[in-house]
Amino acid sequence: MSTTTNMTPAETKKSGGFTSAAANYLDERTSISTAVKELGRKIFPDHWSFLLGEVALYSFVIILISGSFLTFFFQASMAEVHYDGSYVPLKGVEMSVAMASSLDISFDVRGGLLMRQVHHWAALLFVASIGLHMLRIYFTGAFRKPRELNWVIGFVLFILAMAEGFTGYSLPDDLLSGNGLRIIDGMVKGIPVVGTWISFLLFGGEFPGTDIVGRLYSLHILLLPAIIVALIALHLLFVVVHKHTQYPGAGRTNNNVVGYPILPVYAAKAGGFFFIVFGVVMLLASFFTINPIWNYGPYDPSPVSAGTQPDWYIGFADGALRLIPPGLEWVWFGHTWSFNILIPLVGLGLFIGVVLSYPFLEAWVTGDKREHHVLDRPRNAPTRTAIGAAGVTFYAGLWAAASSDIIATHFKLTMEGVIHTLQAVVILGPFIAYFITKRVCLALMKKDREIVLHGYETGRIVRLPGGEYIEVHQPVDEYERWKLVSYSDYKPLALTPNAKGKISPVQRVRAGLSRWFFEDRIAPVGSKELEESHGDHH
Amino acid sequence: MASDDTSGKDLTAAGSASVEHGSAAAGTAVVARDAVANPGFPPHRPRVTDLDPKADKRAERTVYTLFYLSIVGSIFAIAAYMIFPIVPEDPGSVRLNNLFIGMGLALALLALGIGAVHWGKALMHDVEGIDERHPVRGSDETRARAVEIFQEANTESGFGRRTLIRNSLIGALVVFPLPAVVLFRGLAPQDQDPVALLKQTLWEKGTRLTLDPTGTPIKASDVTLGSSFAVIPEGLTDLEHGKLEEKAKSAVILVRMKPQDLNELPERADWSYDGIVAYSKICTHVGCPVGLYEQQTHHLLCPCHQSQFDVAEHAKVIFGPAKRALPQLPIAVDAEGYLIAQSDFLEPVGPSFWERQ
Repeated sequence: MSTTTNMTPAETKKSGGFTSAAANYLDERTSISTAVKELGRKIFPDHWSFLLGEVALYSFVIILISGSFLTFFFQASMAEVHYDGSYVPLKGVEMSVAMASSLDISFDVRGGLLMRQVHHWAALLFVASIGLHMLRIYFTGAFRKPRELNWVIGFVLFILAMAEGFTGYSLPDDLLSGNGLRIIDGMVKGIPVVGTWISFLLFGGEFPGTDIVGRLYSLHILLLPAIIVALIALHLLFVVVHKHTQYPGAGRTNNNVVGYPILPVYAAKAGGFFFIVFGVVMLLASFFTINPIWNYGPYDPSPVSAGTQPDWYIGFADGALRLIPPGLEWVWFGHTWSFNILIPLVGLGLFIGVVLSYPFLEAWVTGDKREHHVLDRPRNAPTRTAIGAAGVTFYAGLWAAASSDIIATHFKLTMEGVIHTLQAVVILGPFIAYFITKRVCLALMKKDREIVLHGYETGRIVRLPGGEYIEVHQPVDEYERWKLVSYSDYKPLALTPNAKGKISPVQRVRAGLSRWFFEDRIAPVGSKELEESHGDHH
Repeated sequence: MASDDTSGKDLTAAGSASVEHGSAAAGTAVVARDAVANPGFPPHRPRVTDLDPKADKRAERTVYTLFYLSIVGSIFAIAAYMIFPIVPEDPGSVRLNNLFIGMGLALALLALGIGAVHWGKALMHDVEGIDERHPVRGSDETRARAVEIFQEANTESGFGRRTLIRNSLIGALVVFPLPAVVLFRGLAPQDQDPVALLKQTLWEKGTRLTLDPTGTPIKASDVTLGSSFAVIPEGLTDLEHGKLEEKAKSAVILVRMKPQDLNELPERADWSYDGIVAYSKICTHVGCPVGLYEQQTHHLLCPCHQSQFDVAEHAKVIFGPAKRALPQLPIAVDAEGYLIAQSDFLEPVGPSFWERQ
């Protein structure tokens, strides 16, 4: 880096007055010019779906800002007090200091309710945008080499975001949050061997105890955010190292990245987008009440209201608890085995395990060790897209089940009917979704081939001198065509014996998976084929 | 690092589709020999603002107007903070405070954001740039040097050679976090056993059933047919400590049905009083309060996961994820006609746990 030494003569010129003096001061102490040189004109490709990750990042910043404000007022204590704030209906009611201070934030601090609602809305948006961002990554194959590890980091961030959400949800110590903790307590107790003790340690004695809010607070504002910040930094560092992926397009290759530079265009667009996201959250917080703890009242183990629900992102876990068939609990060897809790826990564990390891699975199946920087259009990877659709259906079924009672009362259905339907959705739905999605993808690929070879149907009918009627087809231009033909194509793995003349069982599994993935394939149009079809554009 | 030349049209060399980094294996990928060639970048299309000075001027005006509007929004938020104070005991004032500060801030943020994005899209240089990619892996020389560094470090430290030192170091590193694990035992009281605690509640022989939350004792004659009450043991409200912990175990739901409608187990024939039965209100699934009583069907519903219990059939599970019936509290009537417990529950209440049996 000879840049810094080269910079010194520039300093003597004194051309730019204060700005240049300040920049020089800074650079001589930080070498920041190197960073500007490396990053200032770094190219980012443009696409709306790339904004999803940005929304996640920005909502996290909003959460940090609003959350810091809230910590100045919130008191994470479960000591009992008689509420003496401005909200009349709860005056004199016995509640924890945590609940009372949450009410004070809402009713006695100007703008406090606004910040609470900003915090909660942004939290919902945070998890939602991470989820959508992950779907974008998945369906476009952006997790492929070299980005597998960044997929894992992002996945861990998703889990941490839910943990942040749940710990935050529990802090106000209102009726709903207490019920949420009660469910956690019940689930933990259902874990064989250690469950009772984990619950006892977690709550500092018997449920609910007087420790849990303080403990969750430490996790919520210190430990989890610190890990999240570190992982986000790592996540973004990898984005810089790998450079952003791009959608297929004319002129774009695996060896370049086409888009706009950070300075000035991305600084304006991404920076402006932060304020737009913040502004939308602010609008939500101004107009729409969220988590009105004053309606729920303080936590009490006895009363309850119908229609209790967790925040949306915990819904899939709550739904799994609801959908488990009756009677799955037995006493074996003098101990209680709660399979009504274990099956959802293990099932969800397996589900997220598959999500976590999918990039490695696919890489193993294809054996493709090349770097991939041009994204797949979802249709061009039919099996992957179909697996994704199956996963989404499974998740959606569980998620809907968290509202089973509300669905039943709202649509005047029986509770049993809703549960049984959703059980069917969760078990059969993924298969149906898989099948339909795969067929749709293949059909779309066929359509693409058709367009490449024969152009678009124009609807213009022409009568030839011989009396024959034909429809005129409009050939697709070469730039548009490139998007339709430039995808990576795989064929099933041919099972061949190794050096010892044997076929290992592992190879057999791999060949089986490979067949499953790539048996139904539609090859991209080649140049010869294209050449031959040219006469067909009638 | 990158060639940040923004003249997009020049760099169309990126021709063939099958250009790959290095010689990484393609696996089962089909590398087509006759793949269609990448046509290169399409011609640049200028925007309206590039062609029409009026449109350019208009966009400029829009951007700075939005930025000024943002300032207005911020000032409005500050003003709203003062104009719409929170009046104690007036929820309406909270709503106005929330609404107007929020609207001011939303205006400030949205105008700022939209202005900046519009500036970027409509006015800033519009020609896409190109960065070249390089393989993520370090170059062969870099990697060789990295290996060499580790070898040098190994030789200089003797890490691989002095196995006693190395192994004892690994051992020490493995063992040193263990005290931290032990320290976490202090999360819960040292002198209590969770299993014993889970097996007892505040109920004992002679404890009066009282209303939740007032603590008023209940006369059997006051329990009308078809009604249900949330019940707590007498003395719960006077507890100095552990009120919620006790309530989380002792909460009971009291229901009166026609005695002939009750299908009682023979061994529990004397646990009810004249059609009045008392069951634990804590769901045997994961512990939510089973609060919703349907008088017509005499079913109890847990609002959390929709387990349903039939009070007529000794509160056995008829639907949902719970397995066990709600534990029954044996009740009787004392000399003054108040409902009392005959004893504590005869089994642990609430969610299942490993040592329950």
